[in-house]
Amino acid sequence: MLVNRSENVVVQGITGRQGSYWTGRMVECGTNVVAGVSPGKGGQEVDGIPVYDSVRDAAAEHSVDASVLFVPPMRAKDAAMDAIHAGVRKLVFLAEHVPSHDVMEILAQAREHGAQVLGPNTAGLVVPGESSVGIMPGFAENIFQPGNVGVVSRSGSLGTLVSMNLVTDGFGQSAFIGIGGDPILGTTTLDAVRTLDGHAGTDAVVLVGEIGGVMEEDAAEYIATMTKPVVAFIAGRTAPPDTRMGHAGAIVTGNRGSGESKVRALTEAGAIVVDLPSQVGSALSQLGVRPLVQA
Amino acid sequence: MNLLEHQGKVLLADAGLCTPKGVVVTDPDAATEAARTIGGRVVLKAQVPSGKRGKAGAVLFADDADEAGRHARQLLGMNVAGHQVRELLVEECAPIDQELYAAVLDDPASKGPLLLFSTSGGMDIEEVNESHPERVHRLPVDILRGLEAGATLDLVSKSDLAPEHHPAVSQALELLYDVYLTTDAALAEINPLVVTDEGVVMALDAKVSIDPGSLPRQPDIAGEATELALEELTELERRGRELGLQFIELGGDVGVLANGAGLTMTTLDAVHHHGGKPANFLEIGGDAYTKATPALALVLDNPRVRSLLVNFCGAFARTDVMTGGVLDAIEELRPQIPIFFTIHGTGEQEAIAMVRERLGAEPFDLMDDAVQAAVQAASASTTGVK
Repeated sequence: MLVNRSENVVVQGITGRQGSYWTGRMVECGTNVVAGVSPGKGGQEVDGIPVYDSVRDAAAEHSVDASVLFVPPMRAKDAAMDAIHAGVRKLVFLAEHVPSHDVMEILAQAREHGAQVLGPNTAGLVVPGESSVGIMPGFAENIFQPGNVGVVSRSGSLGTLVSMNLVTDGFGQSAFIGIGGDPILGTTTLDAVRTLDGHAGTDAVVLVGEIGGVMEEDAAEYIATMTKPVVAFIAGRTAPPDTRMGHAGAIVTGNRGSGESKVRALTEAGAIVVDLPSQVGSALSQLGVRPLVQA
Repeated sequence: MNLLEHQGKVLLADAGLCTPKGVVVTDPDAATEAARTIGGRVVLKAQVPSGKRGKAGAVLFADDADEAGRHARQLLGMNVAGHQVRELLVEECAPIDQELYAAVLDDPASKGPLLLFSTSGGMDIEEVNESHPERVHRLPVDILRGLEAGATLDLVSKSDLAPEHHPAVSQALELLYDVYLTTDAALAEINPLVVTDEGVVMALDAKVSIDPGSLPRQPDIAGEATELALEELTELERRGRELGLQFIELGGDVGVLANGAGLTMTTLDAVHHHGGKPANFLEIGGDAYTKATPALALVLDNPRVRSLLVNFCGAFARTDVMTGGVLDAIEELRPQIPIFFTIHGTGEQEAIAMVRERLGAEPFDLMDDAVQAAVQAASASTTGVK
């Protein structure tokens, strides 16, 4: 899923410190923020953006395509259900440490209402030059430039580093899709790779994965069928086994899920797997990918 | 957050599942006493949050109270998969007719709860699943509607379990789903779930793992789980936990401070790639990015650290805020080791200017160069070369 500049975005939790700060940054990137939501604060404004008590109220006044949730983990379920029931079709779900059963309920409800969910625990989406929905530095010119490389990343910080390396090497991004670090996610690596494969502005895909879970292995099966070139980096390949490192999903269990298993699956699928994030650009060049010449 | 067997069994019993009569003890005399009270043959099981206790010799049977005391002496203090045994569960030996397997877990593939059942209980279920996948029966559950009436009975009917046990076993599965749901478990597993000679369905083991994000709304479980987790940590790791930071000692000499789990793992990989060994995992991503000062103190209090690598790449986390915190810590603690910075992303210009001004140091443009420099400095210091 992507959000372009013509789509109307609601910010849930807009009156909070992070919500108001990032609303400004998202607008700066071109994102069309039409309304904010903060229960009990309906009628206020943040940077000229009207605030409502619920997404339902906001949707009565505006056409709403997407919502980004700056809501603490224990309130995430109510907020997400509000958006889903108000008919919002795209949810960018940033919160970390949301109870896993709440996540499953949200995803089940979203599925029944035909809504797509990115996250939880995602850093969001960027279409350089068009929009940024979430907490990625879409405004930073040394990190994001319009281009033809689609980036899929579980981690926000590592995704930022890889995106910056691309720009340093002369590339730009057609889109950045943050998947999120949780074990159960609305949009998987496979979903995001498939989106970029079908995206007209994307000539190549960079996959930034990490140990734990089997999302990279699942994506590899699809990558084997793709004609667009794929370069991958897997974080945590030297991590001691069975050590939990921050993201709940980063647990090595058995053979599948290990760094080795992911590298093997992706290599067999025809992707180049690099050892360091700084090698992504040269691997793309090796696969014949050339930066877009800016018009 | 993995619970101990006896903690899990309390949750199962509270939900109405049958568990053996048992007592938790921490010394051999209490084990002898417990065995006498229970009467007959007993089993002593080391309480550590790890599987494969049987193979590790951490489960012993005793025919009488004296033997129970001797076994307890042997088990207490033993090391099982890196965990020191502090508690034993002394339990009656149930007369087993058949061993089954049952579990409910968060399933990333179906994005909902998954109930598993097999009549090949009592052994390594992963091996069973590998060699005879048809013996592990699966039931994905719609979390919005819960278990449908008769769903567990249908599941059990697919197995080769004798029909007279179907009602009791399917009811046990429903109760297990209740435990999973009400405790916010990521995994609730019973292996073996047994049918006794009298046809009673009983949980002989319990592996319950609570989703860490749910602990704030599970205060009773959270208290026990936290206490348990603290015992497993080194002193520095415990200090990290108290600060709300995940700090893991890794045994090397390059101290690492980065933001976000993905970037931190990558930094550790890069240290290895350039021939060094990281001293720790420590990430200050998410809301923890404001805790750079105490975080750095943790890294520096590790006596093995010979050089320090600070790698920030700000998205949500502002590098200027993190760098300010790190510089505060450096000015306060005055570490006598070389420090290498590489800073990119949100707030980088302010952050880089601060490092220049307050430390008189120049951050590296490229992460690889900073990593290489930190690795070289650590090895030069170890070999005595300046």
